[in-house]
Amino acid sequence: MGQLASALVTMILGVMGCAAYFYGSNFLLDKIFPTKSGAAADVARNLRVANNIRPWLFLGPAVLLLTFYLFYPVIDSIRLSFYGRSGEDFVGLANYKWLFSSDEFYESFRNNMLWLIVVPTAATFFGLIIATMTDRIWWGNIAKSLIFMPMAISFVGASVIWKFIYDFRTGGEDQIGLLNALVVFFGGEPQTWLTIPIWNNFFLMVILIWIQTGFAMVILSAALRGIPDETIEAAVLDGANGFQIFYKIMVPQIWGTIAVVWTTITILVLKVFDIVLAMTNAQWGTQVLANQMFSWMFNGGGDFGRGAVIALVIMVLVIPIMVWNIRRANAEMEGR
Amino acid sequence: MITSSKRTPLTFLVHATVLFLVIIWTIPTAGLFISSIRDKNQLSTSGWWTALSTSEQRLVARAHEPKKQVQEGDRFVIRGNLFEGSAGEVTKFGSSSLRPDEFDVGTVAELKKGETLQVMENGDYAFSSPVEWKGSRGDRIFYTAETPPRFTLENYREVLNAEGLGKSFINSLTVTIPATIIPILVAAFAAYALAWMRFPGRALLVAAVVGLLVVPLQMSLIPLLKTYNLIGEFFGVGSKTYVGIWLAHTGFGLPLAIYLLRNYIVGLPREIIESARVDGASDFDIFRKIVLPLSFPALASFAIFQFLWVWNDLLIAMVFLGNDADHMVLTGQLRELLGSRGGNWEILTASAFITIIIPLCVFFGLQRYLVRGLLAGSVK
Repeated sequence: MGQLASALVTMILGVMGCAAYFYGSNFLLDKIFPTKSGAAADVARNLRVANNIRPWLFLGPAVLLLTFYLFYPVIDSIRLSFYGRSGEDFVGLANYKWLFSSDEFYESFRNNMLWLIVVPTAATFFGLIIATMTDRIWWGNIAKSLIFMPMAISFVGASVIWKFIYDFRTGGEDQIGLLNALVVFFGGEPQTWLTIPIWNNFFLMVILIWIQTGFAMVILSAALRGIPDETIEAAVLDGANGFQIFYKIMVPQIWGTIAVVWTTITILVLKVFDIVLAMTNAQWGTQVLANQMFSWMFNGGGDFGRGAVIALVIMVLVIPIMVWNIRRANAEMEGR
Repeated sequence: MITSSKRTPLTFLVHATVLFLVIIWTIPTAGLFISSIRDKNQLSTSGWWTALSTSEQRLVARAHEPKKQVQEGDRFVIRGNLFEGSAGEVTKFGSSSLRPDEFDVGTVAELKKGETLQVMENGDYAFSSPVEWKGSRGDRIFYTAETPPRFTLENYREVLNAEGLGKSFINSLTVTIPATIIPILVAAFAAYALAWMRFPGRALLVAAVVGLLVVPLQMSLIPLLKTYNLIGEFFGVGSKTYVGIWLAHTGFGLPLAIYLLRNYIVGLPREIIESARVDGASDFDIFRKIVLPLSFPALASFAIFQFLWVWNDLLIAMVFLGNDADHMVLTGQLRELLGSRGGNWEILTASAFITIIIPLCVFFGLQRYLVRGLLAGSVK
């Protein structure tokens, strides 16, 4: 109970402190530059000054937090990549040399590429198929809701769920893992799925596909509803069948949305480390960049230089998407 | 929608396929839930899909200690029941781990030194010996039993108390609630400024926010950890504090929050805001009295996002809150259990279900807002 009480107090203090800043700073601004009363010239001047300052009162905390938590660390990571374990002695390109000569890096890079190819493709594909089909049936919304559900489950929770499915029992014992039970039912030999080289990566990817398909489905389903009915009616009149309508009329019209879904999942894939950490702890050739970075941060007291280099690799992989996003956002703002 | 006007033979196929996919997508979670309420002996010997049928188990039990023996004629006998209250049906038994099914139920098994053991179908056993039983522990009895399905909340009781999940639950709440509210406040003000206030550098800031949307967390961890260590040393509080993790979650959630909220706020009708300005309201008043209430749907959808993201986060909690038992959040605790109690599925399934139950409730309760937020964030 004591823990609960102190938790409540900390929570209230934290939230109140934040609210107090906004109220306090704006109250002070109104006190220092009063605009409600006084001589007309004073009011006009005060109003101008207040209007120049107020945006920065509104933006202040956000800008500070973004700078401290995202912008400055990116710069500092670049600097740290040229420094040694503790981040204090300059080592030049040693970390980069180490990176490109380490087998573990190639392993995790190869696995990351597999993840990048398989997960966004599969999740977008299943999402599109399910979105198309659920739009046509009366219980589509229930189906969508259930397929969307894994989205709410943490990666660690999902790992437990799937580790249970991949569970393996030795000898003649009954298999309690669903996958092995199915294999045995169809007359096969049970396997320790998570230790089979290369293939185990795919068993881990299944988890993320399971989680992300719902996301793809929701967004693509909205895009499909936005397709003008006339285009489809015209195709029906011209005698197109269901598959032709799907591939030649519907998919091309939502191409932009498909790209957005694809890139969003791609970025998520680059950052995933929980699944690997929880499922295999990067054994049996399942290492990925994000997890490798994490282990260099902490293993043996941590090596900040090497960790930073791996983080940079992830960052470089993200940059094309970042540029594309900014361009899109700019084009959109000009269009307004 | 389109072809639904025309009943094609495909319709049946569509129903079947969707049903199939829905089953595939829900079975993993269903299996977890069913397993978590099963008896732990049954859980470890049979698949959860057999939960409703009687299961055959190989079990071992210890007979009562020798001081409970009674003298019957010239023999010393220890009596008891293998199931001790619960139901079941013994089919075979034995006295050595090598041959647990040596004797059929009901037979009087001849053991070494004239001792005998008899086990009945209902679990009653009788050890009998010509000389007095010695020692402080009873002998082991190996037996095969058919037990009826048993569901129990025992697993939950165990993980909440013994495995420290109750504490982690409160830790998770302590992290999540402020880490959801603070970014909403900060982002709402910033989004309003970026949408409706005029100042130099606005376009640049919007572009920066869009750019920061995709910066991988991993880039931030090492520099932040170093800075946190310095700050913690300076104030003498250590680097792992709740305030530290709230601000970290706030910082990492801000780009999405500002982006989502700005997209929404910029779409509010211009007339309302302009007329309030003409009436002499300051931007602070406009924001508080007009924009904030009107933006409720957007605020709600971001709140759900941030809540799910913070609750489900493992990385930031591990780096900025640490792994000691007092500060462990649910995801961290679950990962710890996955390592230390890898084979104890009764503990893992119950723990996992406790960690996912809150997000699932939020998800099903507020799905409408979640979907709306997703669409505002992506389709544009």
